[in-house]
Amino acid sequence: MADPIEKVSIVVSRGSLEGVYPGLIMANGARMEGIEATLFFTFFGLDAIIDKRMDNLKVATVGNPAMHIPTVLGAIPGMSAFATSKMKKEMETLDIPPVREFIEMIHDAGGELYACKATVDMFHLEKKDFCPQVDEIISVGQFYEMSAGSQIIFT
Amino acid sequence: METRDLAGKPVAFDEDGHMANREDWNEDVARALANEEDIAELTDRHWIVINFMRQEFDAKGDAPSIRKLTKESGVNTKELYQLFPKGPAKKAAKIAGLPKPKGCI
Repeated sequence: MADPIEKVSIVVSRGSLEGVYPGLIMANGARMEGIEATLFFTFFGLDAIIDKRMDNLKVATVGNPAMHIPTVLGAIPGMSAFATSKMKKEMETLDIPPVREFIEMIHDAGGELYACKATVDMFHLEKKDFCPQVDEIISVGQFYEMSAGSQIIFT
Repeated sequence: METRDLAGKPVAFDEDGHMANREDWNEDVARALANEEDIAELTDRHWIVINFMRQEFDAKGDAPSIRKLTKESGVNTKELYQLFPKGPAKKAAKIAGLPKPKGCI
C-alpha cells in the first residue's frame, strides 16, 4: 500500500459560496483523519476570512453552466440570493456549518489559516480585517516553505 | 475480517479495523482498543464522547458528525482533538465499537 497522506495545503482562490466550501470540507476532512491541514486564501478566496464578508458569500448563478439555468435568468436580481439560501438550507440538513463556524471548527481542530500577502496588498487589507482564526499573512514563498512534505491542492 | 484476543476474549474486526460485532463490546474492550490507539487512559471526558457516539449510532445508524458531536455532547472541538488525537471521529468510533463513520463533516 502507498504511504498515507500526512499533510495537505489547500489553496482557496474563489470567493463564491460554491468556490469556498470544497476547500473547507477538504481541510476539515483532513483534520478528522488526523492529517495536518493548512488553508491558504488568495484572490477572491480571501472573502471567506474577511470578517465583514464571510457571512455573506453567495452562489454564482451567472457563468456557471452546472446551475442549469440560462445566464439571463441567473442575472435577474435576487437569483443569486435565492440560490444561496437554497444551498445553505441543503447544507444545514447535511450538517455542513456556515462559513464562519466552519472556519472556527477547522482552526479549533488544529488547522492553520493564512492569507496571501500579494492579494492583501492589492486589496489594501490589514490583519485586523480578517477573522481572528487567521494565523498570519504570508508570501507565496512562505507558503511553499510551510508546505514542505505536503500535498498542495488548488481550489 | 480478522479475529484477535482483546480484554480476555476473541473479538472480530472488519476490513477497516473496526469491531465487526457490537455484542463483543464492553468497557474493558474499549479500554484495550484505546490503548492500541495510544490513549493510555479513558477519562470521564472520553466516556462522554464514546457514550454519545453509541447513542447516536443506535438512533441513526451512523456515527454523528464532529459538528453534531461537539454541539450536543458538551465536548468542544479543541478538547475532542486533544482527547482523540490524530483523527477524532474515526478513533472515537473505533473505541466505541462502531464501524468507520460514513459522513464527510
